[in-house]
This record gives sequence, structure tokens and C-alpha cells, in this order.
Amino acid sequence: MLYGIRLEYFLILATLMFFVGIYGFLTRRNLITMLMSVELILNAVNIQFVAFNRYLFPDKLEGHFFSLIVVAVAAAEAAVAIAIIINIYRHFTSINVEDVDEMKY
Amino acid sequence: MELNEIMFVIFGAVIVFFSILTVTSRRILRAATFLLFVLVATAGLYFWLNYEFMAAVQVTLYAGGIVVLIIFSILLTSNINDRFEKVAGRKVIFSALAAIAGAILCITTILQQEFQATEALAREVNMNVIGRSLMNYGENGFVLPFEVISVLLLAAMISAIVIAKKSKSK
Repeated sequence: MLYGIRLEYFLILATLMFFVGIYGFLTRRNLITMLMSVELILNAVNIQFVAFNRYLFPDKLEGHFFSLIVVAVAAAEAAVAIAIIINIYRHFTSINVEDVDEMKY
Repeated sequence: MELNEIMFVIFGAVIVFFSILTVTSRRILRAATFLLFVLVATAGLYFWLNYEFMAAVQVTLYAGGIVVLIIFSILLTSNINDRFEKVAGRKVIFSALAAIAGAILCITTILQQEFQATEALAREVNMNVIGRSLMNYGENGFVLPFEVISVLLLAAMISAIVIAKKSKSK
């Protein structure tokens, strides 16, 4: 218990956010919105790391730094993904995953 | 209810509500704006947990960097007046079933686990502590992941430029 909030509440909140991201990844058909779902998933995991760190090991900083590094990886991933998306748009003039099928088979 | 609990409930409600809108909104620019709200509310949660540096990184890198990048690429690639066509009903049902089943599985596992949360006060996490930990190679030091992430970021930036560059042959 920290200020009247239990650790489980944080974990449940992050779980909901994670699976909303999964749902978006499964239903969306636009590359940018799929990327946004991935950002939601990464963010949910970050919340869990930070909450575990604060509740279970308040004298250490492992979870804090782990999520700091996840944020940096997410930034790198977004930059590369958007470069690829813009390149795909140049080739196919569409960023719908169903139109981008030249590398199939 | 104490003020702290009210703040947690507000942040949690904002996160869940706007993340659902992010994945269901049929206008792409609105979806990006809702994502921004989710990320700022997450930064609020980090403030709530007394990790000010983490919250600042969240606001500057996620809300400031990634969302602006996403909005720019939306403006470059999509017509913002377009709406997405409706997702097929069967796909919605099966995706929602998969997501809900996964969520129920995870939440039951979480609730069965007994966490030994300590009441201890958190160690103060100021800039001094963070800088010393990032540059320390002894115990509680994180110099190796820090260096690895810096090389990764450099590689990602170079590769992003190379990929997005126009090819000369055309």
C-alpha cells in the first residue's frame, strides 16, 4: 500500500492498456496506427516496471533505469519505423498493409 | 477518498478511456492526439510515484518526440479528412475475444500472486543519483546499458536517414 493504492491496481491498469494495444494491433490496417498500438504496449510495460520498482524495491533503481532504456529503444524504433513507412508510401502511395504485398511469396 | 487516491483514479481512467479511443477512432489524426493524452497521463503516474526524472523523460521523449514524429508522418502520408472504413465485425469480435481472454488470464494471475510491498520511503531520485548511477561501473551502476543504448540510438538514426533518403537512380 502506497498512499492507499495497492500494487495490484497499477498492474491491472497496465494490463488493460497492454491488451487494448494488442486489440489495436490486430484490428488496424494502417501502418501508422499499428505503430501507435505498439507504443501503447511499450508504455504499459514501462508502467509495470516503474511500479514494481517503487513498491517492492524502493531502495534500488533497476526498474527505473530499465524503463528509461525501454523509452530510448521505443524512440529508436519509432524513428526507423517511420522512415520505412515513408519509403513504403513512396513506392506504393499507400500505407495500408493490404496494399503492401510486393514481397509476398 | 484521499487526494492521492483521487489522482490515481483520474490518471487510470484517462489512460484506459483514451487508449481505447486511440485504437478505435476512425480519424487518424484524432487517434494520434488521444495517444498523446495517454502518454501525458502516464507521465502523471510517474510523478505520482515520485520518479520526477522518469516523468520528465516521458513528457519530452514520448509526448514531445514520438508523437510529433507520428503526427508529421501522418501529415506526409494520409489525407486527414479521410475516415478509415469500418473494421469487419468478425475481425472485431475475434480480436476483442483474444484481447479480453489475455487480459483475464493476466489479471487472475496478478490477483493470485501475493506481493510483499514495503512501506519504506523511496530513496530520493534526484538528478545527482541518476547521473552517478548511469556513469558508475560498480554496484548499482548502469554504464554498460547506457553505452549500449547510445550506440543503438546512433545506429537507428543513421539507418533512418539512409532508409528515408531518396534513391539516386530515380
